[in-house]
Amino acid sequence: MKTLSHLYSPKRLAVLLLILLGFTIPFFVTSRFYLHILIMCCLWGMAATSMNLIMGYTGQVNLAHGAFFGIGAYAAGLLMLKLGLNFWPALVLACIITMALGFCIGILALRTKGSYFAIGTMCFNVIITVIIDSWEELTEGARGLLGIPRPSAIPLPFGGEITFTSMPSYYYLVLISLLLTLLVIYRIVHSMLGRSFMAIRGNEELAESLGIHAMRTKLLSFLISTVFAGLAGVLYASYIGFLSPEISDYHITFEFLIFCMIGGLGTLGGPLIGAFLLTVVSELLQGIAIPRLVAYGFLLVITIIFLRGGIVGGAQMLWLRVSGKERR
Amino acid sequence: MSLFIQQVLNGIMLGSVYSLVALGLTLEYGILHIPNFTHGALYMAGAYVTFLLATSLGLNFWLAMVISMIALALIGMIMERLVYRPLMLESPLNSFIAAIGMIFIFVDGALYLFGPDFKRFPPVHTQIVQVLGTTITFQRIIIIFVTVTLIVLLHLFIKKTVVGATIEATAQDMEGARLMGINVKRVRMMVFALGTALAAAAASLIAPIHLVHPGMGGPVILKAFVIIILGGMGSIPGAIIGGFLLGLVESLSGGYISTSYHEVFSFGVLVTVLAIRPTGLFGGKG
Repeated sequence: MKTLSHLYSPKRLAVLLLILLGFTIPFFVTSRFYLHILIMCCLWGMAATSMNLIMGYTGQVNLAHGAFFGIGAYAAGLLMLKLGLNFWPALVLACIITMALGFCIGILALRTKGSYFAIGTMCFNVIITVIIDSWEELTEGARGLLGIPRPSAIPLPFGGEITFTSMPSYYYLVLISLLLTLLVIYRIVHSMLGRSFMAIRGNEELAESLGIHAMRTKLLSFLISTVFAGLAGVLYASYIGFLSPEISDYHITFEFLIFCMIGGLGTLGGPLIGAFLLTVVSELLQGIAIPRLVAYGFLLVITIIFLRGGIVGGAQMLWLRVSGKERR
Repeated sequence: MSLFIQQVLNGIMLGSVYSLVALGLTLEYGILHIPNFTHGALYMAGAYVTFLLATSLGLNFWLAMVISMIALALIGMIMERLVYRPLMLESPLNSFIAAIGMIFIFVDGALYLFGPDFKRFPPVHTQIVQVLGTTITFQRIIIIFVTVTLIVLLHLFIKKTVVGATIEATAQDMEGARLMGINVKRVRMMVFALGTALAAAAASLIAPIHLVHPGMGGPVILKAFVIIILGGMGSIPGAIIGGFLLGLVESLSGGYISTSYHEVFSFGVLVTVLAIRPTGLFGGKG
């Protein structure tokens, strides 16, 4: 039974406030530069959150995630440019294509476990980037895809329409997509399905002995995460308007991995916090000649050795210690 | 026929480099269970050290290579001590993620320090040799020769010396080795020193033929992983045979089919093997 105090718990209020803040930001931030950063934060946040489902909750280190981001982006770009499709059907089709390829790769790669899975998926990532780079008749190769259109306007029933040409309108589109991703993943994690994901993370053999079909469950988690990676890729393609094979490179995968690790793997907010923090810091530091990826490398090594839970895990530990609830 | 022999010789040369890299990796992965993805970045670092010593200081190529091997062995030991030792008792996946972090440090550090451009090595042994009707440069023959020497030396070291025996004992049973009074921590550092020194040697040997650049380790390390997964974790003959085999396959398919997809081909082999036998051809546990 939900009591009033549970309904208005500080955590809920904080989340509501954050969502409210997210929706009102374009009213007091008008600079195109800051809006651009916010849009990128939302896009990377979506990708990292989806990676968190397979990696954080299901415990499978999928190093092909950037490839799915790239597949979604390229699928949407090609459908719109080569077939002249409208944005919205292209979005749906691109997600389906990503899922179909995710199914093919997942069914092969998920037979392996642990570091073999990580290495196998990493090879898949390289293969996909090489294919995008070399299949010039389809993907234009290293020249890249130019001029991917923005989403087409949605007509409203009482006249007028929603357009996506301005920065704030695109910001709302990615923000709503991000919230949708978070909502879906939240619902999954707090359902029986999410429990079975976590059971597999804990101990695959034990989970199987309890009647969980490990392969099917892992594949489902894999597919859901690829769909959202594809969705983030579609939105990225339409926002930037240009694609090159680097967008599916394993460096992109590593960036998602770092977002997840720094923020806190296996927590809902962690990857989001990691993506926002690192995107803001790296965009603001763009003028300064700091080798950004070297700093990322150090951060990753230090996190994995000293702060396994990332920022969120560290904060939880601190909170437990401060509130004296630490189990001894 | 001339093209065939040319490609076979090229394949053997490529294969020697792959064998050396895979040997280091199989020691680290097979014996210590550390998926040391940084190995490729250290390979790149080895090439840069040799390159800088040979061009800026004007050292002799062989001296530069030996110094590079020693320097990289030290870096490998430091890396083991600082990064992999704290993760020793945990899932190999954590070491894997730490390795990815170190790839960033090395590769993008090199990009920052030396720039993205390809460095051309001053030619070392450009004499031309006639072999079965085809001409090849002397450097290629030297690569094969040095590789064989290094492999024989490694074999003698592991099989004939007491220090080498401690490595083998640790590989067979870490607990048992510790009970016998073997300092496992020292063995770990030694294995890393050996592995990275071999990678530095491979990179230095190939550097005068291929070019030196920050991204040179990426494809090599993935191929080395292909080799050790196919050849069996920790198996030294597996790494050697697998290395030569992959070099030959790659050079022949590059010569007769197409060069742009040869990476797809070798990773395709790996992915297929993993799909059929999820723990590798000779792997027991995952």
